Amino acid sequence: MSKRIDVSGLHVYYGDFLAVEDVSMTIEPRSVTAFIGSSGCGKSTFLRTLNRMHEVTPGARVQGKVMLDDQDIYAPEVDPVAVRREIGMVFQRPNPFPTMSIYDNVIAGARLNNQRMPKARADELVERSLRGANLWDEVKDRLNRPGAGLSGGQQQRLCIARAIAVEPAVLLMDEPCSALDPISTLAIEDLISQLKENYTIVIVTHNMQQAARVSDVTAFFNLAGTGKPGKLIEMGETNKIFTKPDKKETENYITGRFG
Amino acid sequence: MTTTDSSTTARIPRGKRRLGDVVFANGARGSGVLILAILAGVAAFLIGQSYDSLSANTANFFTTSEWAANVREEPAFGVAALAFGTILAAAIALLVATPVAIGIALFIVYYAPRRLAAVLGYVVDLLAAIPSVVYGLWGIGWLVGQLGPFYLLLERYLGWIPLFAGPVSTTGRTMLTVGLVLAVMILPIITAMTRDVFQQVPQAHREAALALGATRWEMIRMAVLPFGRPGIIGGAMLGLGRALGETMAVAMILSPSLVVSWALLQSGNQTIAAHIALQYPEATGYGVSALIAAGLVLFAITLVVNMVARFVVARRKEFS
Ligand SMILES: Nc1ncnc2c1ncn2[C@@H]1O[C@H](COP(=O)(O)OP(=O)(O)OP(=O)(O)O)[C@@H](O)[C@H]1O
Ligand SMILES: [Mg+2]
Repeated sequence: MSKRIDVSGLHVYYGDFLAVEDVSMTIEPRSVTAFIGSSGCGKSTFLRTLNRMHEVTPGARVQGKVMLDDQDIYAPEVDPVAVRREIGMVFQRPNPFPTMSIYDNVIAGARLNNQRMPKARADELVERSLRGANLWDEVKDRLNRPGAGLSGGQQQRLCIARAIAVEPAVLLMDEPCSALDPISTLAIEDLISQLKENYTIVIVTHNMQQAARVSDVTAFFNLAGTGKPGKLIEMGETNKIFTKPDKKETENYITGRFG
Repeated sequence: MTTTDSSTTARIPRGKRRLGDVVFANGARGSGVLILAILAGVAAFLIGQSYDSLSANTANFFTTSEWAANVREEPAFGVAALAFGTILAAAIALLVATPVAIGIALFIVYYAPRRLAAVLGYVVDLLAAIPSVVYGLWGIGWLVGQLGPFYLLLERYLGWIPLFAGPVSTTGRTMLTVGLVLAVMILPIITAMTRDVFQQVPQAHREAALALGATRWEMIRMAVLPFGRPGIIGGAMLGLGRALGETMAVAMILSPSLVVSWALLQSGNQTIAAHIALQYPEATGYGVSALIAAGLVLFAITLVVNMVARFVVARRKEFS
C-alpha cells in the first residue's frame, strides 16, 4: 500500500522563473518526512510536483524525474488524474466541499472510482475513514449535516478522512495545522503518527517543534538569495538535523539565526 | 482628587453617529421602502383598473379562452389561453437556453484558451445588450424560414408525442419558433450570470476535487456546479422574467389564436404581453380594463416564479 518516492534532478519553473532547483531525494514508505525552510523557498511548489498538482497552475512545469516505486509519474502515458488517486493531498486551509454533507464529503473521492458503490459498502468506508481520521465519535450523529459546519480542526480531519477514503499510497500535507489551535494541532499530529503505519507521509511545516515531534526524516530547503531559486540544503534523520546538522546553514535556521 | 478625576475622564465617550453613516443608512432604508411602495402602487393600479371589467365579465376569467371584451356591456373574456401560452413560451425558452448557457459558461471559464475566452465573454455581453426588436426581426426575417425542414423532421420522427403533432404550420410562425427566439434572447443574460459565478468558485474547492483524482469534468460536477447552483437559478430566473414579459419578438413572429394547445409545430397560442400590445390600440368598451386584468395575471405569474426561485435557492442555504 505505502510506496517509496524517488526524486532526481527536479527543477520547477513558473513560466521562465526557476522556483526550485535540482532537488534529489528519496522518501521512504511508512515514514513521515517533514519539509522545513523559510517562506518562499519552494516547499509548497516542490510538494505539489509530487502528485502533479502544480499542473493546475498555468505556466508551471517541471524538469527531472519522480518515481513512485518503479513507476515514473511524469512518463508521457501516465494520466495525472491517476497519479493523484495514488498520491493524496491535504491543504493548508481546510477545504471541505461546502455544498456536501459530512458523509458525502468523505465519500466524494471514492465515488469517482466506483459510481455504483452499494450503500452498505459506502457506509462502511465512511465509518472506516472517519475513524482513521479520529473524527468518527465527534460526527457520527450528524453525518448528514454540512461539512462546513464543523470547527476548523474537525474540518481538517474531515479533509484527511476524505483523502484516505480514496486509499492512496502517499499523503502530502501542506502546513495542515497552520490554521488550527494547539489542541486541534495535537489531534492532527497524533493522527499523522497513526497514519504512517499505512501511508508514506510528507508534511510541510513552519513549526520546528512539530517537525521534531512527528517526523522521522527532515528536509531543509533554503533560498540561495532573493530572486534565486530554492534548493534542498540538507536531508536526514530528524534527530540528526535538529541536533548536529552537517551544514552551517541548517544549524542557523534551526537555532533561529538567519543569514 | 485624582480618583474622581480619572473616573470622569476614563469614561468611554458616547458613540457619535457620523453624518456619512446617517445619510447612507437613511438613503438605503428609503430606497427599500420606495421599491415596496412602487410594487404596491402597481398592484393597486392594476387591481383598481381591472375591477370594472372583471365584475362585469360574464365568463370565468381563469378558465375561458375567448376574448370578447371590446363591448359596452356583457363582456366575456378569460386568460386561460393567454396564461398558458405565456408560460409555455417561457418554459421552452428556459429549457433550451439554460443548458446551453451553462455549457457556454463552462467552456469560457474552464476549457477555452484565455484569448478565445476573453473574446467570447465580450460577445456574450454584447448580445445581452441587443434590443428585443432586433431579435424579433431576425426571427421573422430569417429563422422562421430556416426551421421549416427541421420541423418536418420533428413531426416525422417525434410526431407521436403530442407536442410535435402535425400538421406542421407552413409559415413556421409557431410556438416553437417563438420559444427558440426567446431562448436566443435570454441566452446571453443567463450565460453572463453563470459565467460570473463559475469564475467565483474558490480555487480551494477546485483543488480539493482535483487532489482527489477528479478529471476536469468530475471537478466541475463536484465543486463548480453545486457552488454555482444559486447563481445558475438566479440567472435562469432573470432570463425567465425577460421571456415572460417579452412583447415585440412574440408579437412579430407568432400568428396568434386564443386556444390552449400543446402542439408546438402548429400555429396558435398567444402570450399575455403580445396580446396586450396587439389589442391595446383597438380596445374599446371594457377592452382596456380587460387587458389590464390580463396584465395583472402576468404580474402575479412573475411574482410567483420569483418566489419559487427564491425558495429553491434558500432551501439548501446551510449547505453553501
Ligand atoms: N502560482 C505561482 N506563480 C508564479 N510564482 C509562484 C507561484 N506560486 C509560487 N510562486 C513562487 O515560487 C516561489 C516558491 O513559492 P512557494 O509557495 O513554493 O514557497 P513556500 O516555501 O511554500 O513558502 P511558504 O512557506 O510561505 O508557504 C516563490 O518565489 C513564489 O513567489
Ligand atoms: Mg507554502
